[in-house]
Amino acid sequence: MNLTLKIWRQKGPEDKGGMVTYKVTDISEHMSFLEMMDVLNESLVAKDEEPVAFDHDCREGICGMCSLHINGESHGPDKGITTCQLHMRMFKDGETITIEPWRANAFPVIKDLIVDRMAFERIQQAGGFISVNTSGNTQDANAIPISKHSADLSMDAASCIGCGACVATCKNSSAMLFVAAKVSQFALLPQGKIEAADRVKNMVTQMDLEGFGNCTNTGACEVECPKGISIENIARMNREYLRATL
Amino acid sequence: MSGLLSSSIARKVAMALSALFLVFFLIIHLAVNITSLFSESVFNELSHFMGTNPLIQFALQPVLIFGVVFHFVMGFVLELKNKSARTIKYVNYNGAANASWMSRNMIYSGLAILAFIAIHFLDFWIPELKYKYVEFLPSDPNRYFHELHEKFANPLRVGAYVTAFVFLALHLLHGFQSAFQSMGFNNKYTKTVKIIGHLYAVIIPLGFIIIALFHYFNH
Repeated sequence: MNLTLKIWRQKGPEDKGGMVTYKVTDISEHMSFLEMMDVLNESLVAKDEEPVAFDHDCREGICGMCSLHINGESHGPDKGITTCQLHMRMFKDGETITIEPWRANAFPVIKDLIVDRMAFERIQQAGGFISVNTSGNTQDANAIPISKHSADLSMDAASCIGCGACVATCKNSSAMLFVAAKVSQFALLPQGKIEAADRVKNMVTQMDLEGFGNCTNTGACEVECPKGISIENIARMNREYLRATL
Repeated sequence: MSGLLSSSIARKVAMALSALFLVFFLIIHLAVNITSLFSESVFNELSHFMGTNPLIQFALQPVLIFGVVFHFVMGFVLELKNKSARTIKYVNYNGAANASWMSRNMIYSGLAILAFIAIHFLDFWIPELKYKYVEFLPSDPNRYFHELHEKFANPLRVGAYVTAFVFLALHLLHGFQSAFQSMGFNNKYTKTVKIIGHLYAVIIPLGFIIIALFHYFNH
């Protein structure tokens, strides 16, 4: 495959940045999208040009590190995957592909396609945990009765990898799916229920402080989420928040 | 409580509550207006009651006006806040890939409804206030049907009304179920709520359209 790539290049956080066009040739349809980016970068390095900076780590769809807004969609045109699991067979020979970083004021660009997602970390630090000493004397979790239904819902919520696609795809740059997943995974289990009220209030307060937008229930986030996290979690967070506040 | 009133979730819930209040109001409004298709006297009687009952005029009407103004103002505030959360836009953003047109364009369908309300106030509410409180004309329980019927003689007005109600339908197709989601209702009944929402979004605007067309074609 021969492709034209229009890629956002930005030297640093203060640089204005802009789209730059590149050509790549002889791309196999079996390559992953990130492997195609590697081919581009090898060609740039060979020409003594600065390679395109982009985030990646496990390349197995589980770490949540890769991002990229490809042809107008977070993680590209395929559904339920991260960018590392996107394959070039999803594109046509001769196609022009636009590649942009996640766009949200709460996710400022560090360089090229890499954004700062520390806002998510700060939300987690505000309450995305349980205050239990886990240094060896904890009760066996299997001794606490938990319904299979609750355990499954909690596990579904806990599958969030914090990639930020929900924010990137939302027309309002809302982080509510991420926060809702983190709130839900604890609120559904007995160990997490004890601190549920403080947790939801603190995490939502931090989310608002970070400058994310408001959810308008378009549902785009659950469509683009690589882990298929449902907006039912957002409704649960709203309930938890109302219960904690009123 | 102060935290609730200033948070993003509070704004969602406030939008939802005002929306459901307006949803309820539309049912009452349509129920009264639909009688104009069948009986001039029943329509006059109901309109006279609504226009002269002190509880409706001085208690419920101000609540309604507050509800309408609140929903619009909060809608604009939220839109501006949301726009300011992404000041550098995407070069390529394919919103249609993962969300409905209705859900992505609530502000535009809302603006169309706001424009309609302005026309509607000029057509009915302002003349009504003038009749009662400026010119102090004598109470006439039989004037309402005639006033309504005459308004729909103008094809431009009928066209504007029909267009506005199409936008109302588009607004409701997303808004009805969205209000429930905002208030935390997403459970085994969600499918039923969605069906009721879609039926409501079609039936209520269609009812108003039929009334406008009925009076237009009966001139």
